[in-house]
Amino acid sequence: MRDYGVFDIIGPVMIGPSSSHTAGAARLAKVARMIAGGKVIKVDFLLHGSFAKTYKGHGTDKALVAGIQNMDPWDEALRNSFEIANKNNVAYNFLETDLGDVHPNTVKFIITKEDGSVTQVTGSSIGGGNIIISDIDGQKVEFTGEHPTLLTQHKDLPGIISKISSILYEENINIASMKVYRNGKGKVATLALETDSILSEKVMNLVGEIKEIVNVKFINPVVEGAF
Amino acid sequence: MFVSSGKELIEICNKENIAIWEYTIRGEIEKSGLKRTQVIDKMKHNLSVMMSSSLYAQENNVVSVSGLIGGDALKIKQYANIGETLTGDFMVRAMARAISSSEVNAAMGRIVACPTAGSCGILPAVVISAWEKLKKSEEDLVHALFTASGVGIIIAKNATIAGAEGGCQAECGSAAAMASAAVVEMMGGSPEQAFDAAAIVIKNVLGLVCDPVAGLVEVPCAKRNIAGTVSALTTADIAMSGVKSKIPFDEVVWAMYKVGRQLPPELRETAMGGIAITPTALKLKEEIFK
Repeated sequence: MRDYGVFDIIGPVMIGPSSSHTAGAARLAKVARMIAGGKVIKVDFLLHGSFAKTYKGHGTDKALVAGIQNMDPWDEALRNSFEIANKNNVAYNFLETDLGDVHPNTVKFIITKEDGSVTQVTGSSIGGGNIIISDIDGQKVEFTGEHPTLLTQHKDLPGIISKISSILYEENINIASMKVYRNGKGKVATLALETDSILSEKVMNLVGEIKEIVNVKFINPVVEGAF
Repeated sequence: MFVSSGKELIEICNKENIAIWEYTIRGEIEKSGLKRTQVIDKMKHNLSVMMSSSLYAQENNVVSVSGLIGGDALKIKQYANIGETLTGDFMVRAMARAISSSEVNAAMGRIVACPTAGSCGILPAVVISAWEKLKKSEEDLVHALFTASGVGIIIAKNATIAGAEGGCQAECGSAAAMASAAVVEMMGGSPEQAFDAAAIVIKNVLGLVCDPVAGLVEVPCAKRNIAGTVSALTTADIAMSGVKSKIPFDEVVWAMYKVGRQLPPELRETAMGGIAITPTALKLKEEIFK
């Protein structure tokens, strides 16, 4: 029996019409932007399943473009996100596609940044505005963004995770969960580490200084009043 | 942890001589680690969004993204203003409030999911209308929302509040049950009377299917928010008169869940059955997605 809080029942505050197709889509895009980092200049949204079939009627398209511009799922400007993107020179395309055996509300983001680099993120909106990120640049992952999440790519060598956890210990940040993913031994591994408290720029910089770390991102939860 | 049944909640409330809303606030403090004032402030914030959503479409011509619905809250409000309604000013205004939030939701405006976006019109319309009529304090109104969420938590734990799982009875039915219980406590009814109201509301919509035209949260959802609002308000009076639910709340919730599981997938938010596959609905769908 799942435990519910008061604000799971009365909440979230969100822009309609659908918690999964609108609020969840905005949250997915906002998290994808945090994963990509840098200044976004172009995004291709590959829409799968119910997202592909009903995105116009649910405003999924507007929600995605809003999230990619860092807007929150409860921001009333969400419905004007196309105009805002045009003003900020952020290009966007929607492509209806089949991403295979995935959740019906799945989107793959192909995000191009100012420096020309591209990040690909796949995620699903699983109901009630909740999301799961399932793939980053071809690496399978699984995290929800409900907790502050530290995401690193590092050389798959002994001791790296211990270096990261030492930094968190020194900053008095408790680790809630941790998962490591890799495509092969000794190559680049991806770590998704969820914590109990908000991650700061400082923590990210300290982790980034570990020389085996290829890149580091942090994703703080998209929750009203989280900061 | 929050109790798992209405029966337990009533027992605790009676033993400690507290209302459902008080138990629910205490439970949230324990679960979240927040201070009492923080929990109450969060609810006040939600209330302010409810106030706006239930009013906005009564004063502005709101049209949904698809163009399928809009303008009905305005119509009902203007009708109430003429003063020649059958069910009275109070009821007609409550109906306008309900559909206002639903229209704001469909037009990509800001709402509070309570418990879902599709059923977001019911709770605000019911508690705000009762609060206004009974001339209660803002504190009472906020407390009513905690009563509603306490009842909602028990429904969610034992059944479901998702249309895709349990049909509309689980969404609009749960919203109306929560709202009716909230009004009963606002009127000074006991926790037992509040759960009787919730049980009666659910029994009266048992089996209600989720069949959105074109898969959008618009038709028939917006008008089902009106129906849920009326049911919640009238049932509060039934419970306050002393009428009880012959079947206890927990058993009704069990039945609701079971009925939800027995509904074929076509009638659970897939837009493959019910109203959604009528010739007119299919034509509308084609026009929207052409």
